[in-house]
Amino acid sequence: MSFFSDTEAGILQRHLSRRSLLGGAAASGVLVTPLALLGGTARAAGDSAPAEITVAGAHQAPIPIVIPDFGPGLGNQISGVISADLSSTGLFQVMGGTVPASVQPDFSALKGRGARVAVAGSAAGSDSVRVEMRLWDVVAGQQMEGRAYTASQSNWRRIAHIIADAIYKRLLGEDGYFDTRIAYISRTGPRRHQSTRLAIMDQDGANAHMLTNGSWLTLEPRFSPISEQLAFLSYANNRPRVYVYDLNTGQQTILGTFEGISFAPRFSPDGRSIILSATTRDGGADLYLIDLATQHRRRLTSAPGVIDTSPCFSPDGQNIVFNSDRGGSPQLYVMSVNGGDARRISYGHGHYGSPVWSPRGDQIAFVRIGSGGFTLGVMGPDGVGERSLTQGFTVESPSFAPNGRALAFCRQNAAGAGGAGFSSSIAVIDVAGFNEHIIPTTTGASDPAWSPLRR
Amino acid sequence: MKLKMFAVLGMACALTACSGNHKDHDNNGDGQNMQQMSQGPVPGSQADLVATAGDRVYFELNKNQLNSEGRATLDKQAAWLARYPQVNILVAGNCDDRGTEEYNIALGQRRANAAREYLEAKGVAPSRIMTISYGKDRPTADGDTPEAWAQNRNAITSVR
Repeated sequence: MSFFSDTEAGILQRHLSRRSLLGGAAASGVLVTPLALLGGTARAAGDSAPAEITVAGAHQAPIPIVIPDFGPGLGNQISGVISADLSSTGLFQVMGGTVPASVQPDFSALKGRGARVAVAGSAAGSDSVRVEMRLWDVVAGQQMEGRAYTASQSNWRRIAHIIADAIYKRLLGEDGYFDTRIAYISRTGPRRHQSTRLAIMDQDGANAHMLTNGSWLTLEPRFSPISEQLAFLSYANNRPRVYVYDLNTGQQTILGTFEGISFAPRFSPDGRSIILSATTRDGGADLYLIDLATQHRRRLTSAPGVIDTSPCFSPDGQNIVFNSDRGGSPQLYVMSVNGGDARRISYGHGHYGSPVWSPRGDQIAFVRIGSGGFTLGVMGPDGVGERSLTQGFTVESPSFAPNGRALAFCRQNAAGAGGAGFSSSIAVIDVAGFNEHIIPTTTGASDPAWSPLRR
Repeated sequence: MKLKMFAVLGMACALTACSGNHKDHDNNGDGQNMQQMSQGPVPGSQADLVATAGDRVYFELNKNQLNSEGRATLDKQAAWLARYPQVNILVAGNCDDRGTEEYNIALGQRRANAAREYLEAKGVAPSRIMTISYGKDRPTADGDTPEAWAQNRNAITSVR
C-alpha cells in the first residue's frame, strides 16, 4: 500500500495520547493476577456449576447477581460500569447490596434475596489502580473467580469492562464483548449536507473521539480482526475509494486502484485480505479480493451491468454472502470464495441488503426493505429460518459483536417536512431480538463496526 | 443601487461555483438562488446551465432508465455544452433513502452513468464528463415523503 499524503487529515494526537496511557506490564495495559482464596474451595471452571447457564437462541430468565458498590471514587465508577455492561445484555438481573471484600459473604442472606451469584470488589491507588474482584457462587457457597487488576488510573474503564467480561465468561461459558470498541460515522449538520467523520468509541459509548476532520463524505468503517486497522470509504478529493486507517499511526493508505468507486470493504477472517465492491462503466459493480501483503487482486464476480456489493466472509473464510440484483432486484447470495455459482438465499417480500455473517457461522444478519420500512433480521446461511429482530423507518448496517450474541446497527427516524425529526443513532440488540438499546453518542451516528475483543 | 450590489454578489457566487476545486458537492440547487439574485447568469456558469437546460434528471424507484423529460433535459445540456466547449462537468447520481447505503452507492453510479452515456451519444466528449455517486447521503429534498424521495432519485450535472 502506498502512503497517500493528501488524504483527509487524521486526528492523531489524541489517539496517541490515549495509547500512551496503555503502557505497563500487559499488552492491554491491564495486569491480571489471581487472588488468594478466602477459606473454603474454589470451583474449577470445568465443573457443572449451578450458576452456569447456556445461552440458547431464545429469551430466558436473567441470572440474579449482586454487584455492590466497589467503594468511594473510582471503585464506585468501576462497579457502575460492570453493572451497566452486564445489564445491557439482558442476561443478568443486577442487584445492589453489600458484599464484603476481604471475607466470605453471608451466603444465606444473599440466597434469601434471590441471588445466585455475588461479586465482591474493591479499588485502591491513585496513579496506578489495583482492583480486586471475587465472584461467589451463592448457591454452592464457593468462590468461582478471584483476580486483581492493575492499570494506570486513566484505564479504569477498561478494568471494569475486563471484569465484566470475566464474569460473563465464568457464568455463561463463552467470551463476552465488553472490552471492545465500535468504529462508526459521526454525523453533524443539516441532513442535506451532513458532515461525516470517522470515529471510534468504547462499546458503551464512552471515550468517543473523531479520527478524521469531516472535510469529505466518509462511510462504512470496518475493523480488522487481527490488527489496529480500519478499512473505510472516503470521498477525499471527490474520488470515492477504500482506504485503510492505521489506529496506531493515523496513517491512511488507498487500497488498490479501480476505475470506478471502490466501496463496501470487509476484512477476511484471517485479516490478511479485504473483499470489496467496485463500480463498472456498464452500471454494475464487481467483487474483488485484495491480498494486503502483496496487493494482488482477484475479481470474484463480473456479470455485466449487475450490482454485486456488501460482501462478507463466513467465519471459516470459505464462503461469502453478498447483495446482488442479478435476479432483477437486490437479494442475498452465497458463493464460494474460490468462485463458481452463487446461490440465492433470500426469498421473502421486498428487497434485501447489508448481509453480515455471524462469527459463530450459524446465522446471517441482513436488512429487508418493504413498503412498511426496514426490517433487521437473521436467517441461516442456507436461507432457512428467517426471522425479524426489529423494525423501523431505517434500520441498517448490522455488525456482530465478536461473540455473535448481539448486533450493533444504525437506526434512523424519518424526517418530516423541512427535514425536522430526522435522527441517526447506533443501537444494539441481541440475536434473539431482545434488549434493544441506543448507544449514547454526542452527535448523530451511523455505520457501526464492532471490534474484536481487545488484547 | 441595491439591485446592482446583488448582481455583483451573484456574479461572484457564480464564479466561485465554476472554479476548479469542488469540495464535497452538494445538490441543494444553489444555482437557482443565484439566478434569482443576479439579473442574468454568467454565460457558461452553473447558473446558466440551470437556467438554459436544467441541471438534473429524475428516475423511478430502483431504476436508471431516462424518461422523455430527462432525455429532453440532457438534449439541452448537450446543446449548452456544445456552446461552451471549455466547460467540463461532474454528473452526480443520487438515490432516495429507501435502499441500503451500499447498494445505493452502486445505484447512484448507475444513474450517473446513464446520464453520461446519453450526453456522450449526443456528442459531448467523454473527457469532459466525470461521474460520482453519493448514494443516499446527499438528498436534495428534505422530508421523507414520496414527493421528496422522487426528487432525490436523480443525476445532477454541475460545472467543474
